[in-house]
Amino acid sequence: MNPFLATFRRDFALHWAGGGVLAPLGYFLGATLLVPLAMGPERTLLAAAGPPLIWIAAALAVLATLERVFQADLEDGSLDQMLLSPAPLEALVLAKGAALWIAVGVPIVLAGAPAAVALQAPPERVAAIVASLGLGLAAFIGAGLVGAAVTAGVKRGGVLIALIVVPFFAPPIIFGSAVASGDDIDAALSVLAGCALGAVALGPIAAAAALRLQAE
Amino acid sequence: MISYLANPARFMALSAWAAPLCAVIAAILFAAGAPWGLFYSPAEQFQGETVRIMYVHVPAAWWSLGIYAFMGGASLVSLVWRHALADIAARAAAPIGAVFAGVCLVTGSIWGAPTWGTWWEWDGRLTSMLVLFVIYLGYIALWAAIEDEERAGKLAAILCLAGLINLPIIKFSVDWWSTLHQPASVFRAGGSSIAPAMMGPLLTMAGAYLFLFGALALSNMRASIQRRRVERSRMEGGA
Repeated sequence: MNPFLATFRRDFALHWAGGGVLAPLGYFLGATLLVPLAMGPERTLLAAAGPPLIWIAAALAVLATLERVFQADLEDGSLDQMLLSPAPLEALVLAKGAALWIAVGVPIVLAGAPAAVALQAPPERVAAIVASLGLGLAAFIGAGLVGAAVTAGVKRGGVLIALIVVPFFAPPIIFGSAVASGDDIDAALSVLAGCALGAVALGPIAAAAALRLQAE
Repeated sequence: MISYLANPARFMALSAWAAPLCAVIAAILFAAGAPWGLFYSPAEQFQGETVRIMYVHVPAAWWSLGIYAFMGGASLVSLVWRHALADIAARAAAPIGAVFAGVCLVTGSIWGAPTWGTWWEWDGRLTSMLVLFVIYLGYIALWAAIEDEERAGKLAAILCLAGLINLPIIKFSVDWWSTLHQPASVFRAGGSSIAPAMMGPLLTMAGAYLFLFGALALSNMRASIQRRRVERSRMEGGA
């Protein structure tokens, strides 16, 4: 089988089997639930300030999944197998990222619609918010792969990954929350697509370079 | 020059007098620039005496960016040419850059309170500087978390270069974001409109910060080279 597809299917199956899909989705919804609890249920206040906060929930949900992306492969020797594969490591890392985006990202993106409605986003804006979440999570995952790769050998690296990756999350969050609050939606979506393409193109290269060092 | 210094013995010989020399020049420039800026320069027309914070604040801002650029250069040299000292140089520079960024944020906040009427404004420059500070913290934390120094250096170099690509993107997005949220609410007398009488002390202080960085970074590098030597000889002695 094509190594890219094989890696994709393996990772997808692992996410699906290990409860790796439901937990981030539940975390995303739980974090969204905290927003009105912290802000108060008043509808006008929520409508003004609430919708962009789903980006906090989405960023936290992605951050929580990053720790295990490469660490398990490093521990059980899969990473050595990936290095022996004829396919370039960059492509396999991209496959892992794609599997993460499909398995963890897409459910969060879809759950973004009810979450946005619950935070009093205007109904006509929900489609744009869902699209922006899809792009934004791709950007998160592309940057997150780098953070996960450089920290793969660190025990309990979760907090360290969060610290390292947060600055890379800043641009997607800025443009994503602009979409959620309805400022200049078309421009923000275009820039968000640019962030996603840049992160997906460059992230696997940097992550693969780090993984080669980890396996030495 | 760079390949000449790749030999740690040569570097140690050179830095043995370069580090104190930088420290002496920094001390002279501080001794000249600090009184010049704090007492003998004119007060500003609108801000009055508070403008003197500038002589502490602006050089810190300049060099916190400059040091990150230096670390990016060192990281590139480390990854491309496997230079023996590049990782050590980047590591030595990071805490200094973080402190400069912290000084910039704190003095900026102290400056903002009387002039803007607020301790903190989510303005483009302030936000970018805060993000830079967090990037420094992440870089330092990564170095600290990985035990094998060789590997830590290379991984931190990858992170540093990724951050270097990210910095202009952050700058652009934060500027876009802050103009969207608060159009021109912040008064600022900066840029090239600065009075010549203030330029002298400002540049002197900037030179003082630069040589302070040189002295501290070189001593940091010397310390980590010495530590590696001690560890190596201890390992050989134990075996």
